[in-house]
Amino acid sequence: MADDNGLIKAKVVVNEDECKGCELCISACPEKVLFLQKHFNRLGYHPAGYTGDGCTGCGYCFYQCPEPGAITVFKKGYIEMEVC
Amino acid sequence: MPRQLIKGNEAVVKGAILAGCRFFFGYPITPASEIAEAAAYYMPLAGGTFLQAESEIASINMVYGAASGGVRAMTASSSPGISLKQEGISYCAGSELPLVVIDIMRGGPGLGNIAPEQSDYNQMVKGGGHGNYKLLVLAPNSAQEMCDLTMLAFELADMYQNPAVVLADGFVGQMMEPVKFPQPVKKLEDKPWAIHADKDDEFRLISSIQLEPEILEQHNRHLQAKYARAEQQEVRFEEYQAEDAELILVGYGVVSRILYSAVDNLRAEGLQVGLHRPISLWPFPKRRIAQLAETVDAFLAVELSNGQMVDDVRLAVNGARPVHFYNRMGGMVPSPEEISDHVKKILKA
Amino acid sequence: MSDKKLGKAGCFYDIYERSATANKDVTHYCPGCGHGVLHKLIAEAIDDFGIREKTILISPVGCSVFAYYYFRVGNIQCAHGRAPAVATGIKRVYPQSIVISYQGDGDLAAIGGNNILQAANRGENITVFFVNNAIYGMTGGQMAPTTLIGQKTTTTPRGRSQINEGYPMKIAELFSALEAPVYIERVALTDPKNTNKVRRAVRKALKTQMENKGFSLVEVLSACPSGWKMSSVQAKEWIDEAMVKHFPLGVFKDRTEEVQPSEAKRHVFNADDLHKKLDIPQNIQASREIRRTASSNIGQNARIIIAGFGGQGILLLGVGLAQAGMQAGYQVSWIPSYGPEMRGGTANCHVNLSDKRIGSPIVSKPDVLIVMNLPSLDKFEDCVQAGGLIVYDTSLIKKSPRRMDVSALGIPATEIADELGNARVANMVMLGALIAETSIIDKEVVFDALPDFIKRKNLISLNKQAIEKGIEFADSLVSVA
Ligand SMILES: Cc1ncc(C[n+]2csc(CCOP(=O)(O)OP(=O)(O)O)c2C)c(N)n1
Ligand code: SF4
Ligand code: SF4
Ligand code: SF4
Ligand SMILES: [Mg+2]
Repeated sequence: MADDNGLIKAKVVVNEDECKGCELCISACPEKVLFLQKHFNRLGYHPAGYTGDGCTGCGYCFYQCPEPGAITVFKKGYIEMEVC
Repeated sequence: MPRQLIKGNEAVVKGAILAGCRFFFGYPITPASEIAEAAAYYMPLAGGTFLQAESEIASINMVYGAASGGVRAMTASSSPGISLKQEGISYCAGSELPLVVIDIMRGGPGLGNIAPEQSDYNQMVKGGGHGNYKLLVLAPNSAQEMCDLTMLAFELADMYQNPAVVLADGFVGQMMEPVKFPQPVKKLEDKPWAIHADKDDEFRLISSIQLEPEILEQHNRHLQAKYARAEQQEVRFEEYQAEDAELILVGYGVVSRILYSAVDNLRAEGLQVGLHRPISLWPFPKRRIAQLAETVDAFLAVELSNGQMVDDVRLAVNGARPVHFYNRMGGMVPSPEEISDHVKKILKA
Repeated sequence: MSDKKLGKAGCFYDIYERSATANKDVTHYCPGCGHGVLHKLIAEAIDDFGIREKTILISPVGCSVFAYYYFRVGNIQCAHGRAPAVATGIKRVYPQSIVISYQGDGDLAAIGGNNILQAANRGENITVFFVNNAIYGMTGGQMAPTTLIGQKTTTTPRGRSQINEGYPMKIAELFSALEAPVYIERVALTDPKNTNKVRRAVRKALKTQMENKGFSLVEVLSACPSGWKMSSVQAKEWIDEAMVKHFPLGVFKDRTEEVQPSEAKRHVFNADDLHKKLDIPQNIQASREIRRTASSNIGQNARIIIAGFGGQGILLLGVGLAQAGMQAGYQVSWIPSYGPEMRGGTANCHVNLSDKRIGSPIVSKPDVLIVMNLPSLDKFEDCVQAGGLIVYDTSLIKKSPRRMDVSALGIPATEIADELGNARVANMVMLGALIAETSIIDKEVVFDALPDFIKRKNLISLNKQAIEKGIEFADSLVSVA
């Protein structure tokens, strides 16, 4: 997904398996684009989720999150790595 | 090689450096302070580090840190300081760190006094800290052995990845005798398990914690197997006039020196008395003592404590022969004549 | 980390293999725990600075006891409170490494208080991350030294009271009173702005160590939602509202600009010339060994007690005798009365010179008693062997020994020494008298040995003179007889 300048838009990805549903990311997100999902993950928490739109890539959520791998923030213009 | 007249405590430091030790962390206490003082002087000359820590607790933990780095490291203290070190020593044993602790025992309990005692036997030989561990404990009785057994302690510590102890009394530490110093250890083996501050470290961990009971039991079994191996291979003792003895005196450290004289005196009077002197207090020469029990009539254990080593003699003899006991405490040391008198009393009874 | 992506740091293991929990991809920390956030900031900095391979992390006892599960670095786990001592030990071995002491408030401020204080005061070139969560998280929420007044914990069920428990300890303030620390800051893991300050502090503290500038400590106010019985978001707010009031944020010490980086010299093992460095005699003085007088009239095993006041050089007299005895080919031993007794009180030592192996180094029945004051004569006279010898200083002992079954040699040693200009060499006058009287050691051997026990070179000739005087005096008595 590209923005007006043709750059790929920022986005946030929550790794639900590693999320403990503490909501710190949600409370810190200035754009209010994170929310707690209804379902339970394998750890028994409601994992955080991304609305899918409006993330600016500010990284606040990443630095609030206590879990090393629960949140990944891709900033504007990132290059998607091939993951195989 | 020429001999040097030197204090036992100083011989420890020279021996340690010759054995490749370059890291000393200590805290002053009589009658062990000369060890720290000599280390402060010589360690830097040998390219090593001496640091006076804030306490014995700190110094054993500094040794823990240094030994984690795979180098030969040591600390030294005397009884009250050793009590403080026990927590750290337990961690060292649990983490399987090789290092050397020197204990120049003094009078207790509490502050006691600075005169020689042997009352740390239990806390060193039986494991004074928490957990199922053993220390390799060597008991020198001369300045020469203060050097030699310190060097051996480093070898054993590395071989068994376990703390080794040189357990001496105030007299052995303070005494001056001629010492022939051996050639230095030129090269130390790399310790692949140790932290090296390089790229291989990511797989390395020095730790004594294990939450899973199954795995901690396994770890304990592994330690016990190691100790069993040491019991097979590391028993050391010395005997004097023991072959035809009817009564065997048992004693270590400065006591054993007094016992040599007592044996000479008693032999001169025609009494068939010999000496068994454990050099390794752990592993204790229990099989040898059991063997002696087959031929001798009785044993007399002599110690500068309230009956600590005698327990091990009794366990070894296992009721086969009477084990008599003679002791002094509080810094009092028996004379050879005192021992001889006691032996004669036993023999008459 | 790519500047376009914020994700799991490479400094974290992919899988937390050592974790005892079933899940090896999440931390063992509670939801919302500050430890996890701080771990991420440290891991990111280690990656960014490219120091992973030389970093050594000391895990404490506390909830972060398992920090080593996560960090792909050299890991050492240690006893409660002792991380700074352990850090000191390994840093001294690898001065070029980056050593992190990671500690909680119980670990650092309570049980390990002195260890961290002294490490800070020594200015160890290490980085300390101090997690102040005002509670003992791991053991289930007991009071910490940093627990706030009124804060309820399981061991302050009615709230902490300054009357019973004292005030919460301000570590950053306390430590900045020390001279050695280079950088001390208190930060808080709360909103993004504050969190960014934590991030900067973490990096600065590590940089300080990388530049070999010295000790740094970052106190991190950190949430313990479980211990505080709050939601993660409430906990964060509580830090801002309650904790920061008592623990103000800010830089308390920053000498990073002024200090000169020290040299972090790598330790290299070297065993060259060790005997020389250790003052071990290089070559045998073989010629001396045969210079021993055969006609000693003390027998093959001389057991000697030397006694007097502290300060009379009693112990040195014994050492000299043993040193010369050794060089004369004897087996020797010297054993002192040691400790406070020496200070001002009496001093004595036991010397054995023997042809055979020496059994007891402790002399109970001396063949020779050398005494330099009256109390010593009184104390030891009775134990001298029949047929033995008492050498006593008549300058200070105004009566003769009672014993009729021993020989006695009285010599005004202190007066003789005084005439030589220094009463303190009376001990050597006594030594001279002894060797003359007993022929136990040739005087040339004693002279040869002098430099080995008189460390001050300028005193050697005086000591030699004193020995000569002692010999002269004893010989004069013999010739009179
Ligand atoms: C010698 C010793 N005493 C007590 C304990 C028990 N203990 C384990 S962790 C801990 C408190 C840790 O609190 P803190 O350092 O604040 O760390 P936190 O868990 O809050 O991060 C205590 C008392 C121990 N392990 N060892
Ligand atoms: S990066 Fe910023 S905007 Fe995007 S989800 Fe995270 S906090 Fe919200
Ligand atoms: S901060 Fe992390 S753990 Fe907490 S809810 Fe958000 S993603 Fe999940
Ligand atoms: S108890 Fe507190 S400090 Fe410990 S993991 Fe849980 S939240 Fe973190
Ligand atoms: Mg805490």
